[in-house]
Amino acid sequence: MPTVSVKRELLFEALGRRYTDEEFNDLCFEFGLELDEVTSEKDIISKEKGEGKAEGASEAVLYKIDVPANRYDLLCLEGLVRGLQVFKERINLPRYEKIIPAEGEGQKLIITAETVKIRPHAVAAVLRNITFTKERYDSFIDLQEKLHQNICRRRALVAIGTHDLDTISGPFTFTAKAPSEIKFKPLNQSQEYTASQIMDLYRTDSHLRHYLHLIENKPRYPVIFDSNGVVLSMPPIINGDHSKISLKTRNVFIECTGTDMTKAKIVLDIIVAMFSEYCEKQFTVEAVEVIYPNGKTHIYPELAYRKEKVKPELINKKLGISETPSSLAKLLTRMCLSSHIPENGNNIEIEIPPTRADVIHACDIVEDAAIAYGYNNIQMVIPKTYTIANQLPLNKLTELLRLDLAAAGFTEALTFALCSTEDIADKLGMDISATNAVHIANPKTAEFQVARTTLLPGLLKTIAANRKMPLPLKLFEISDIVVKDLTKDVGARNYRHLCAIYYNKSPGFEIIHGLLDRVMQLLEVPPNEENGYTIKATEGSAFFPGRCAEIFARGQSVGKLGVLHPDVITKFELTMPCSALEINIEPFV
Amino acid sequence: MSPSVAEQLLQRLERTPPGPEGGLCSLEAAAALGLDHQTLVGAVKSLQALGEVIEAETRATTRWELSAEGEEVLRDGSPEVRLFHSVPSEGLPQSDAMKLPGAQVGFSKAMANKWLRLDKGAPGGPRIFRAVSTVQDVVQNSLRQVQEGNGDSLSERERTDLKRRKLLLEVTLKSYWIRKGSAFSTAVVRQETDLTPEMIATGSWRKLPFKAYNFSALGLPPTCGHLHPLLKVRSQLRQIFLEMGFTEMPTDNFVESSFWNFDALFQPQQHPARDQHDTFFLQDPAEAPELPAGYMARVKKVHSQGGYGSQGYKYEWKVEEARKNLLRTHTTSASARALYHLARQGKFTPVKYFSIDRVFRNESLDATHLAEFHQVEGVVADRGLTLGHLMGILQQFFTKLGISKLRFKPAYNPYTEPSMEIFSYHEGLKKWVEVGNSGVFRPELLLPMGLPESVSVIAWGLSLERPTMIKYGINNIRELVGHRVNLQMVYDNPLCRLDS
Repeated sequence: MPTVSVKRELLFEALGRRYTDEEFNDLCFEFGLELDEVTSEKDIISKEKGEGKAEGASEAVLYKIDVPANRYDLLCLEGLVRGLQVFKERINLPRYEKIIPAEGEGQKLIITAETVKIRPHAVAAVLRNITFTKERYDSFIDLQEKLHQNICRRRALVAIGTHDLDTISGPFTFTAKAPSEIKFKPLNQSQEYTASQIMDLYRTDSHLRHYLHLIENKPRYPVIFDSNGVVLSMPPIINGDHSKISLKTRNVFIECTGTDMTKAKIVLDIIVAMFSEYCEKQFTVEAVEVIYPNGKTHIYPELAYRKEKVKPELINKKLGISETPSSLAKLLTRMCLSSHIPENGNNIEIEIPPTRADVIHACDIVEDAAIAYGYNNIQMVIPKTYTIANQLPLNKLTELLRLDLAAAGFTEALTFALCSTEDIADKLGMDISATNAVHIANPKTAEFQVARTTLLPGLLKTIAANRKMPLPLKLFEISDIVVKDLTKDVGARNYRHLCAIYYNKSPGFEIIHGLLDRVMQLLEVPPNEENGYTIKATEGSAFFPGRCAEIFARGQSVGKLGVLHPDVITKFELTMPCSALEINIEPFV
Repeated sequence: MSPSVAEQLLQRLERTPPGPEGGLCSLEAAAALGLDHQTLVGAVKSLQALGEVIEAETRATTRWELSAEGEEVLRDGSPEVRLFHSVPSEGLPQSDAMKLPGAQVGFSKAMANKWLRLDKGAPGGPRIFRAVSTVQDVVQNSLRQVQEGNGDSLSERERTDLKRRKLLLEVTLKSYWIRKGSAFSTAVVRQETDLTPEMIATGSWRKLPFKAYNFSALGLPPTCGHLHPLLKVRSQLRQIFLEMGFTEMPTDNFVESSFWNFDALFQPQQHPARDQHDTFFLQDPAEAPELPAGYMARVKKVHSQGGYGSQGYKYEWKVEEARKNLLRTHTTSASARALYHLARQGKFTPVKYFSIDRVFRNESLDATHLAEFHQVEGVVADRGLTLGHLMGILQQFFTKLGISKLRFKPAYNPYTEPSMEIFSYHEGLKKWVEVGNSGVFRPELLLPMGLPESVSVIAWGLSLERPTMIKYGINNIRELVGHRVNLQMVYDNPLCRLDS
């Protein structure tokens, strides 16, 4: 969930009233936000870097507000205030207007064919006669960063560039060139670098190094030039220093390039909708003509308003409320979805503004009605759904066996399903290829290399972590192991295993053997060859030679028991003899 | 049969006057009975074990005794007297005198007493002469007094002097001051420790006295096995779902395809949860061999183009992404399979489903987060279910968990709309804490499966670990889950009763 930091004073000034922290927290809760933290710049710095570094930092109170991941329209102070003011019916939602300049006067962005293989999409717009202040400017930069981190998927899907239009001259060209052919002064640098040098320059940059991989191995890098060959940006890495915006900037050229057209359009709509508030003609945006390699043209931003019709009964039925159509329309209007009941009409007509790209289905409209109504005002009702409960047979058996294993004097362990290859192979004297284990592609540590193929290592590690406990230690676990199985739709399957272990000064094979007899007795499997169970001498790499037997039940091998090999005991950092039992319980369901 | 030591002691005690001062010193009693003190102490202890027959209070007494050297002096006289008597009237050469036993000490003491005189200028070397005619052996007399038990009559100075000469020893004796107890009797009756089969057979238990039990001590802990605390909570949650008529879903596949884990749940392919960063993807088997073709085509369409009243996400949906295997990040994938199975049955029947099983997240680990945890999930599918129904069933469910004060916050989930986070008021923390997540499944999820449009599916989920940690006051999850568990905590864990 993205978190937006806003200065409390600015927020209250914009909201036109003050709140206590608790009142504001309640407002957030009602609206679906979360006041995560009340802090200050000074607090943040001293927490992160130590008190000494925080000296002189601002003590102004900051609200850190968690915003739902699909509400891009709430990612900055401007959007939050607009959303809350409309919700509280203090303002009407402004209508965003696209102004298309007269023929030959507007800006143009030409996309060349070279971009197709790397970053095929680009959209652009101009904010005219904007007035920045320090706070507005900071918010403008911050919103771009929030969008980059969220909807833009760390610039992989969309990258935003904003430029002082008065320093550059269109038409602009979005193309892709070999790294050696791109040379410019990157933002806030003092000299020119080639694209390859820029990549080297940012390899250690704490922020920008995360984006280099997006284009690094491509033969051509995306780049935007103006008509004089000035580089505006090399998306998705860095803008040029030449066109950088400042507090004095009056006209802003915004370009969004990317691999996902839908998201590029949403991002551009959000930025212009949020900051057109500060234009001389409030909430207006100057359109830019984008010319595609095939010669087709399109005008951006889209700023499309979509009409939806929803039956009032649907909303009432989905929520369990009974509001009149007009009251429902009023609720929706409070959620930035301007709604009305047309004359002679039964349906509510709803206008989805360009800032609410999250509304893609009637169910999204239903949710907004619920939020405005107040979730906690909805009457709770117990569903009349009449059903008879059933347990999953495998889990039912597991539950019953657990109780009787504890009654037999064994204590239940709960160990991890993920472990290292060493745990299930090397330490048990096996080769990993013989385990048929499922391997994880992206483990952060060796603890998560594979899914376990046996419960034994987990129990041995549990004993190792509890060596100070009085002997004997008698543990068991009934849980799932995982192996590859190409007959399954996902190529792998679980098996429910039962594992028990006895750890003492003597191996106690007879105790583990006795437990097997007890388990079989519980499962009504008699000790005989024909239709019961038998154990037969075998060898197993984890067991001491001559002290291992295979367990057969109803003619099928179900597991092994025996005295563990001293090498296994040592490898799990244990010192005492130990006997163990592990069986698959699925044949007994 | 002669009376035992204990009986002799009791008879003696009988004769002492009553009252708080009335009693016997064990040392005196031993001397009077002509017994070794240790023997008497043994009798005291055996009488104490009988209960309130006697009261015995320990006392420390100091006594003076002669050392081995002191005994010699008592017998033969002090070294200075012995030396004095060895010197004839004509005197004795000093060199000869010093060869006599004890002469070193005797000479210095006799000289100090001015009993002898030394002529250094005598012919043939220094010579000793008597300086007085007779002497009294004061030391021997003193020692005799001590021997006779009158050591206390000696002055402090005399005693210190004798002690310094290592003739006298100070001995501390532990003795008892013995008084009659509340159950005093001169007859000694042995109390039985416990009932025996013979006593029952012969009926002798009727007449026998039994030793009192110490009820303030703890009993012997039983040797037994124990269930794991988290799994005890799991059992209770299963019980709650069963009480509410919910049927258990199969969840025995930790490995899941991206299709069932994400795509089927209308989670777009660019969603952050599908990052390497958050999810464990598999290297082997890297891809799911089989996906449900017809259903998958409908899922692809609703993602990329929309349909069923939805705009869709409008992106290029790729089957390669859907095939990618992973360790399931939620059991909602199992719910999706169960709902798909339900839709394929043909005629729709209302269902209530639940599951509790492991899920996996490739997240950074801390005191409350592990890479794997248990997810609890409840799902109800029926015609005409409302958000009010979801809240109603949640209220019932959480009340059974011992949580009754709930409120709901609007939230965002890719697969539910409306979505609600469930908060409960925590009396300890004095604030609202999140206890679960819930919502109504999106039509984009249900309709491609083939469920009728009139059917709504409400669902909720929570972790098993969090309520367990809160219930048992465990701060570090590693003490609860995994091999680093504290087995003593498992041994000592009480019954799991969630609603009390």
